[in-house]
Amino acid sequence: MVAIVDYGVGNLFSLKSSLEAIGADVCVTADIEALRRADQIILPGVGAFEDAARKLRESGMYDAVIALAKAGKPLLGICLGMQMLFEKSYEYGCHEGLGLIRGSVKPISDVIAKDLKIPHIGWNALDFTKESPLFKYIKNGDYVYFVHSYYGADCEDSVIAKSEYGAPLTAAVADKNVFGCQFHPEKSGDVGLAILRAFVEMKEGEIC
Amino acid sequence: MITKRIIPCLDVRDGRVVKGTNFKGLRDVSSPVELAKFYSDGGADELVFYDITASSDGRALFTDILCETAKKVFIPLTVGGGINTVADFDRVLKCGADKVSVNSGAIRNPDLIYEAAKLYGDQCVVLSVDVKRVCGEFRVFAKGGREDTGMEAISWIRRCVDNGAGEVVVNSIDTDGVKGGFDLEMLEAVCNVVNVPVIASGGAGKIDDFIELFNALPKVDAGLAASIFHFGEVDIRDLKNEMRKAGIPARV
Repeated sequence: MVAIVDYGVGNLFSLKSSLEAIGADVCVTADIEALRRADQIILPGVGAFEDAARKLRESGMYDAVIALAKAGKPLLGICLGMQMLFEKSYEYGCHEGLGLIRGSVKPISDVIAKDLKIPHIGWNALDFTKESPLFKYIKNGDYVYFVHSYYGADCEDSVIAKSEYGAPLTAAVADKNVFGCQFHPEKSGDVGLAILRAFVEMKEGEIC
Repeated sequence: MITKRIIPCLDVRDGRVVKGTNFKGLRDVSSPVELAKFYSDGGADELVFYDITASSDGRALFTDILCETAKKVFIPLTVGGGINTVADFDRVLKCGADKVSVNSGAIRNPDLIYEAAKLYGDQCVVLSVDVKRVCGEFRVFAKGGREDTGMEAISWIRRCVDNGAGEVVVNSIDTDGVKGGFDLEMLEAVCNVVNVPVIASGGAGKIDDFIELFNALPKVDAGLAASIFHFGEVDIRDLKNEMRKAGIPARV
């Protein structure tokens, strides 16, 4: 069973539906016990970093997500959920993240040309920078759907794919059993479903 | 590199997809759920669902159709028609919509865009505007293109973007249904004043119309059409292959 962390941020309908479409056994939960029982955990997120991090703390699941990830359970952060895996974010101030991936979250306006539109919104190609079990069913150059104004920075060691938008932006990260997608696999058609399928097939202790 | 998006629009009435010429003489085409799945499998980058009658007679969107679609289609979904309040945003977002398009609702209540953007983020709020030339200016039309509001369109669009609209769909009533190409003059006027994605709508009749659009106006992010896709006059995969041949980035 894959557990979607429900901490009151964003709409989980599409994510749940996409996992059901690939035949996964899904639960949307705010219960730490359910997270412990799950084979994999997905941390979704939309909106502002500070607000989401606060809500995750208030949900009581913040420390459990960290502890379970550190114990080896496969964890996938999506969009803002990926950004929350980092040590800190510079979105409107400086805020602490889960610290599961080394690096920080910075505005894309720092690195892209001034005439490009923000957010980076639309379909962009993945440029693999490392092999990853997350990509076992897709190929380099496949397209995924992005909507974001901030990006994962100072994280070269854990970047597994980038996308070009005036600059090579972090598209996905991984550190052992912890994965993050800046894009929305649940909105990325067959490629996105293939990424989710690879994730829900992962087992604790089998990822290296 | 970010690709130019191709967006089929499904005008929905009574749970069915319809498309007329210049908004009149509606014809029943297909089931929204089936058509959405067909387009998603066929390479569409995004889908727009408009309840075309909602703004004139207040009919609520068929949220069950929307839910059913969102369970089977995993590309971005925009919903419009009858969006008059923040509660309407909430209702369609809960059914799997990713973005919500406002048209007459924003004209009636200019604060709607600001309030919705604050709650759901700019990226969630799409301004849809029906524009027609009247007495030498671009004029905003309401109620499915039936009523002249008297407002100048370019300044209206700029105001809505300032209030938080994250994308703008520009539908030219002058070219809609004519199939003679997009309204490049109108679109350029919009591109010159906003820095959010602009989606061109109204006038596409063939593949070359999209090529012309993206070549002439690099700031246009997406092309939207309905009947040419519904009736198979343009196949989205063919369209994207031709775009690529013409050097326009497209997801294939």
